[in-house]
Amino acid sequence: MTLLAAEGLTKRFGGVLAAKDVTFALNAGEMLAIIGPNGAGKSTTFNMVGGQLKPDGGRVTLAGQEVTGMPPREVCRLGVGRTFQVAQTFLSFTVLGNVQMALIAHHGQTRKLLADAAAMHRDAALALLDRVGMAAQADRPVGELAYGDVKRVELAIALAAAPRLLLMDEPTAGMAPAERAALMALVAGIARSEGIGVLFTEHDMDAVFAHADRILVLVRGEIIARGTPEEVRADPEVQRVYLGHSGTRAAARARRAAHG
Amino acid sequence: MPRFTVSRRALGALAVAPLASPAFAQPAPIRIGELNSYSRMAAFAVPYRNAMQLAQDAINAAGGVMGGRRIEFVFRDDGSTPGDAVRVAEELLTRENVSFLAGTFLSNVGLAVADFANQRKRLFLATEPLTDAITMAQGNRYTWRVRPSTYMQTRMLVEAIRGRSVKRWAIVAPNYEYGQSAAANFKRLLPSAIPDAEIVAEQFPALGRVDAGATVGALAQSRPDGIFNVLFGPDLTAFVREGNTRGLFERRTVVSLLTGEPEYLIPLGEETPEGWIVTGYPWEQIEAPPAHKAFIDAYRARFNDTPRKGSLLGYVTVQIIATLLNKANTLETEALVDALADLRTDSIVGPVVMRGLDHQGTLGTWVGETTLRGRQGAMKNIRYADGANYLFPEAEVLAARPRA
Amino acid sequence: MEWSFLLVQALSGLASASSLFVIASGLTIVFGVTRIVNFAHGSFYMLGAYIAVTIVPWLLEFDRSPTLFFAGVLASALAVGALGVVMEVLLLRRIYRVPELFQLLATFGVVLIVQDLVLLVWGPVDIPGPRAPGLRHGVYILDQRFPAYELFLIFVGPAVLALLWLLMHRTRFGVLIRAATQDREMVGALGVNQAMLFTGTLFLGAALAGLGGALQIPRVSASAQMDLSIITEAFVVTVIGGMGSVPGAFVAALLIGLLQAFGVLVFPKITLVLVFLLMAAVLVVKPWGLFGKPEAAAGRAVLPEGILDPRPLDLAGKVLAGVALLALLALPLVDAYAVKVGTEVLVLALAAFSLNFLVGNGGIVSFGHAAYFGLGAYGAGLLVTKTGLPMEPALVAAPIVGGAFAALFGFFVVRLSGIYLAMLTLAFAQIAYAVVFQWVEVTGGDNGLVSVWPSRWAASREVYHYLTAALTVAAIIFLRRVIHAPFGATLRAARDSAQRADAIGVDVRTHRWLGFTLAGAAAGLAGGLYAFSKGSIDPTLLGIPLSVDFLSMILLGGIQSVLGPVAGAAAFHAVKDFFMPLTDHWRLFLGLSIIAMVLIFPRGLAGAWASLRRRPA
Repeated sequence: MTLLAAEGLTKRFGGVLAAKDVTFALNAGEMLAIIGPNGAGKSTTFNMVGGQLKPDGGRVTLAGQEVTGMPPREVCRLGVGRTFQVAQTFLSFTVLGNVQMALIAHHGQTRKLLADAAAMHRDAALALLDRVGMAAQADRPVGELAYGDVKRVELAIALAAAPRLLLMDEPTAGMAPAERAALMALVAGIARSEGIGVLFTEHDMDAVFAHADRILVLVRGEIIARGTPEEVRADPEVQRVYLGHSGTRAAARARRAAHG
Repeated sequence: MPRFTVSRRALGALAVAPLASPAFAQPAPIRIGELNSYSRMAAFAVPYRNAMQLAQDAINAAGGVMGGRRIEFVFRDDGSTPGDAVRVAEELLTRENVSFLAGTFLSNVGLAVADFANQRKRLFLATEPLTDAITMAQGNRYTWRVRPSTYMQTRMLVEAIRGRSVKRWAIVAPNYEYGQSAAANFKRLLPSAIPDAEIVAEQFPALGRVDAGATVGALAQSRPDGIFNVLFGPDLTAFVREGNTRGLFERRTVVSLLTGEPEYLIPLGEETPEGWIVTGYPWEQIEAPPAHKAFIDAYRARFNDTPRKGSLLGYVTVQIIATLLNKANTLETEALVDALADLRTDSIVGPVVMRGLDHQGTLGTWVGETTLRGRQGAMKNIRYADGANYLFPEAEVLAARPRA
Repeated sequence: MEWSFLLVQALSGLASASSLFVIASGLTIVFGVTRIVNFAHGSFYMLGAYIAVTIVPWLLEFDRSPTLFFAGVLASALAVGALGVVMEVLLLRRIYRVPELFQLLATFGVVLIVQDLVLLVWGPVDIPGPRAPGLRHGVYILDQRFPAYELFLIFVGPAVLALLWLLMHRTRFGVLIRAATQDREMVGALGVNQAMLFTGTLFLGAALAGLGGALQIPRVSASAQMDLSIITEAFVVTVIGGMGSVPGAFVAALLIGLLQAFGVLVFPKITLVLVFLLMAAVLVVKPWGLFGKPEAAAGRAVLPEGILDPRPLDLAGKVLAGVALLALLALPLVDAYAVKVGTEVLVLALAAFSLNFLVGNGGIVSFGHAAYFGLGAYGAGLLVTKTGLPMEPALVAAPIVGGAFAALFGFFVVRLSGIYLAMLTLAFAQIAYAVVFQWVEVTGGDNGLVSVWPSRWAASREVYHYLTAALTVAAIIFLRRVIHAPFGATLRAARDSAQRADAIGVDVRTHRWLGFTLAGAAAGLAGGLYAFSKGSIDPTLLGIPLSVDFLSMILLGGIQSVLGPVAGAAAFHAVKDFFMPLTDHWRLFLGLSIIAMVLIFPRGLAGAWASLRRRPA
């Protein structure tokens, strides 16, 4: 069943066409990667789906419901969790507090004036942290964590909204290679076990070819190829403009590593 | 002169303590709380305080009041806001145990302290605030004002232009109560002096922020025959300079409140315009009574400075207080208030009566014309306008003042 | 109206605009590089005028030549520039690492000190400066006479703009200034000697302020009130133009000068509020001013300045709070005056706490918090004096009025961020001030209204003190509770990362707006209580000085602490109350105390307490 559908998304910045007629669909439990060189329009496309940007043309539907141009907070309430290229967390909160805050927001309790926020949703928050492997660090300020751990916390925050869809903008940017693989494996595991659709952009080809079910290749705002990792890897056009031969070899290696 | 003043409470606490003990049979001095804008309005308030100290020492040297008791002023900065002033007044009454209060400069501070005095049922001599409200709409039993009010001084000036064929008038006044009420008084009184006069322009620049060029331009554009000015201080200097250069005052009658007071005339210096009709204090030309001359000499000798209008006011205030204490012969507030009604004091400028009807003193001021002597401004053709002749009419007072 | 008059009026406006630009350009450069909101800029302007009226007449004794006049003006500007360096080296350099708002507090301390030093050095009498030789006369423009000196001033502004452009584009120092304005971190990364850059910038900024002051001496006399009369206008110009943008300041100054010159023809009382109306209008439409750019999002995540992770009070904290409360309740045992001061401290503590609810907890820096305090006082006061209702309903009305206006103004305020948000709060506060000031029939104008006294049962100082204690402590406990509650946490979350808050489903703007309203209501309650403790209300209760006092209190107490502002209010008021009876020069001592506290307790009293307890604040 189609969870997310983007049809003909178009966005201009001044004279530059950042996205042109971008169309794709994503099913529940599926991981869809958007790849492309810098400035290809990945983040633009992403932000149009997440509500951070309003498209000039085209539409986005979530499980059949139109969400085009909705602000992020409303997109979130429809079951979309999101992580950012530069991890966005609440720096003054503890790890646990971050997730509690997300749960408070998810339950629509942000306007409560008298309850003790520190005592709310503790167990649920700990459970979420446990799923991303951060339960042991629950009481540390999030500002003290290594960047890879911050990304995990951000994932837990995104999961707090019980999302049907996760939007992850370069989930592994700025991480060490070992951490990258672990995080992607974690995301893939959660997505498959809970039927959450994941749309992600990524520069790291290892991560893309290891975990994506399908791949879109975006160049200068246009989709130039789409398909399974194998299809994309074999596409001569993609090889010419983007992957190159070294990229192809890396993709094959990553595939082997992930599937034994 | 700028002086670094430290109050008696700071320096004298230890020294005074043994004096106050019963072992010294001398009776305790009568303490009077004096709060004023010594910090923000220092140009006015410090000469005022100087003269008060001079008068206090003169009275004590002559044997004090009430049969041998000394008077002692406790000076405090009022912070120039009503909130601070009310706290300071409270401190003077409760910690310094003063018998009553005197002072304040700004109208809103004066009104707030007046209402506080009314609430606490303590006497307050509002010495410097000019606002009419303090003796009229917001007058109360415990508040008495010494200085001639906005109304009185405006009336003196309007009288000085009576019968002149100056028809078209422009008004320039700072945009706050003093300026607004002076302008309103002028508009009200003008027809009595020049029946067919009309107001052709009004400018109300923000206090302390006059945009002199724009203001002078706007006034000149209305082609007035006469200008009524209420600006003072830095605004006045800027306005006069701009007006002089642009010829605003040429062949025009200018009537100006307070401009003849040394406080405002000295900063004008060689820019002092010729022939403005002003109220002021030409201390060097005042011949009678002789006590005034003695005051000038004593003031100049002690402070190495020339007196200001504030100095005169401070001295006369202390004289009124001394007369009051001698007459009442008690420090009990109600008796003091009763004694103040129509109390006559022979001050250094002649008799001053505290009119019981509206609690306004009859201290007058001098009306004359500005002129340039050397590089300094001065007044000429002066006459003393006795405040008794310029008080609010009785009917107006009765209508305006709240009934006790 | 004739054309000649309109032309001359326009020239008057241009002359004012030119002067204003010279001053504002220095302010905007200093802000651009150092991010310091330099309140002392007006003091530099005043010092420029005072130094000029001292040395220019002395120079003219030798020869009344234009050369010597302008040499004197330039020398004054350079001398003021040197004073700027002194301030940078002695004070600012020591506090670059502390929260930016703290530097604002330090410059406010400098303002107080300079005010009194000027009185001590030059005396209280205004000092008129000499006219410029060769430019004393008026020149005829069509049939109107116009001062030659003002014609000259009209050209000074563009000349300064051109020189600054050359400096910015043709010198290494200027290029660094531009780079630092655009990206502060980059300059640090380039290995530029940041201290030298900042010192140079302060020199340039102060010298421009000094030049602006010195150029005014043929027009206005040097007076001790000059600093405050110019500083707000200079801020308005820089904000309308876009903070850090010199051309923006130029355009904004032109706009203000011309609007003022023609505005007074239509509305003679407009000068009081015109610049703030213009600023509010510009900010509502262009949230970063005319030429400003959105502040670049920090490349790396930085810990916010403010309340981090509120925890329950530990034992020592509980003991301290308990002792403080008991001491307040026991004040009637001391004397009547102590009760009075205690009442005021309680009121100010609530006002400060409500401000820190915004600043510390929400990251919403308000420069106009006194507006809601004052409007609450007016709400209560008008109810008592105009309708004859007693104190009790008036005290109910006070927070409603404060909250209602906070809701109205906050609706626009929360759309902005950072310094622009702060300046919009200032603009609204000044607009409210101007309305209260001007609407004489209802508000009593600047005289205010009297006879706002408590009901008979609460008339004694002691009973009123306990009433105030009950209400303020209850309000503070409530607000503290809110800080710990989801709503407070949401405001902190939105402060930490608005993007993240949005992505978890939080309507950031609405929450900030509600928070602004709640803080305004609490300030309104404090204002109502203050009115009844004084018996009168007047526009100073809405004024900038009181807003700055509130800011000082929370910074002294520590904006990162939940209860720090309460201590800050007590300390600020105690220092003021200690020095005011001692000397006329209490501003000097208040300023010195503020700077001493900034240097000794760079994280406020609460920060000092926390490090004393060896626990991170």
